[in-house]
Amino acid sequence: MNSGASPLLAVKDVTLQYRTHDHLVTATYRVSFDIHRSDRYVILGPSGCGKSTLLKAVGGFIRPVEGEIRLNGAAITKPGPDRVLVFQEFDQLLPWKTVKQNIAFALTASGKMSGREADERALHYIAKVGLTKFADNHPHTLSGGMKQRVAIARGMAMEPAILLMDEPFAALDALTRAKMQEELLQLWDDTKFTVLFVTHSISEAIRIGNRILLLTPHPGQVRGEINSSGNDDVGADGKPFSERIQHLLFEQQVAERSMTHD
Amino acid sequence: MTDARQVLTARPDVTYEVTNTGVGVVERPLSLYQRLANHGGLRKVLVLVVLALIWEVYARWLANDLLFPTFSATIVAFWDAFVTGELIKATWYSMKILFQGYAAGLILAGLLTAFASATRIGADLLEVLTAMFNPLPSIALLPLAMIWFGLGNAGIVFVLIHAVLWSVALNTHAGFRGVSPTWRMVGQNYGLSSFGYVTRILIPGAFPSILTGLKIGWAFAWRTLIAAELVFGANSGGGGLGWFIFQSKNSLEIPSVFAGLLTVILLGLIVENFIFLTAEKMTIRRWGMQT
Repeated sequence: MNSGASPLLAVKDVTLQYRTHDHLVTATYRVSFDIHRSDRYVILGPSGCGKSTLLKAVGGFIRPVEGEIRLNGAAITKPGPDRVLVFQEFDQLLPWKTVKQNIAFALTASGKMSGREADERALHYIAKVGLTKFADNHPHTLSGGMKQRVAIARGMAMEPAILLMDEPFAALDALTRAKMQEELLQLWDDTKFTVLFVTHSISEAIRIGNRILLLTPHPGQVRGEINSSGNDDVGADGKPFSERIQHLLFEQQVAERSMTHD
Repeated sequence: MTDARQVLTARPDVTYEVTNTGVGVVERPLSLYQRLANHGGLRKVLVLVVLALIWEVYARWLANDLLFPTFSATIVAFWDAFVTGELIKATWYSMKILFQGYAAGLILAGLLTAFASATRIGADLLEVLTAMFNPLPSIALLPLAMIWFGLGNAGIVFVLIHAVLWSVALNTHAGFRGVSPTWRMVGQNYGLSSFGYVTRILIPGAFPSILTGLKIGWAFAWRTLIAAELVFGANSGGGGLGWFIFQSKNSLEIPSVFAGLLTVILLGLIVENFIFLTAEKMTIRRWGMQT
């Protein structure tokens, strides 16, 4: 439906590099993809494929050495409240603010709204993630899953053009994780926000995404871009969807490894 | 698979009904004695009482008021000096100078840290200066201060600034550098101005370190002040606690010396256990940044 429309976010031939203490590392090499409005776009790849770096580049924290990233046609040069990041780390909430203050802070700091209005919007989104009872708690009194819910509420309260999620459920236990995935999909059903979601879990990618970008590691390059129905269906070739993804991501490595062993 | 069947023991599935009857105690309040024993303050008061008793008994056995007065004599001397207002005046005098030095030290530390956070050369300057001056006891600067500023309060304020400045600047700077990269990114993400970034992310994020710096700075300043007063003595406005101790020694009123020392201890305890502890409880403990 959207194929004719111009994309919300256009990533074109983006090469990203970063410096460690004694190396210059190329994180991604000439990666291109488009995200359309209301997409649940997932970047999937093993560790070292530069997916988090790519997300931070969309966030404006890292400048590409080659290529460009455009949001609604305008090139991204610095971080801004139109692209809100949700991190994997539980410490993304400011511990000196309560749950409500954490969200209201984001709204006032960005100049979106002030005082009362910000509080009301904060409470609205806290209710959306089911934490009304904990609105005046400090983050350290919450469980990991609850903290991530607050972070998601904060991101959504900003009503950004695109929500950037960097493995937000990776540090949670498996049961909480499944529940959070379910909740995220329900929230999406509610407001149809656009989200760019990074993960290294194939099952999570299938569950969350409507479109999945596959990256291979060292440096990250696009291996493919596929649609997901949300279920791990058995395809025409008689293999489950997840196995097909696994094959696409790892077949090359397996081939290389077997060659070196000969 | 046939191997597995031979190795594993076959058992049927089992499920149980779970009820809470017959568990005994699920949750019950502790007895009064247990709760009292868990009270840290109460246990420490008990230790203090025992120490005071030992002091009293030993001093009576020694029976030499010039060397070691009894606990009761010290309390009497303390009470007398308190009632005449002498002790309060001396304490007030010391506190006034202390606050001047502490405040000036904090302002300078703030400026130095701001410069260090803004530029790399500033950071180098701060690190070199603190490395040089932090190990130097403030009291060692006293002879120099006497030459530069004369025998007035300015000399004491100068050594107090030295006592406060380095530890506060060092801890604040370290605190800023230790602010988690995630919080930094959160601050940038929501488009904070650089002033907002410092006041709303960096300072609260570094608050545990800043508070540590303030505490160390206070302790250094307090010890330095008493020592400096012993040397400087009195001037126009009267004398501080150090001077009170020195004077009492000169007139061989040893119980008053002990009373002066007791006052120094009490004030130190009050500031550390009430003012700083309250500040900690209201901030970093409430925020879960320190347990």
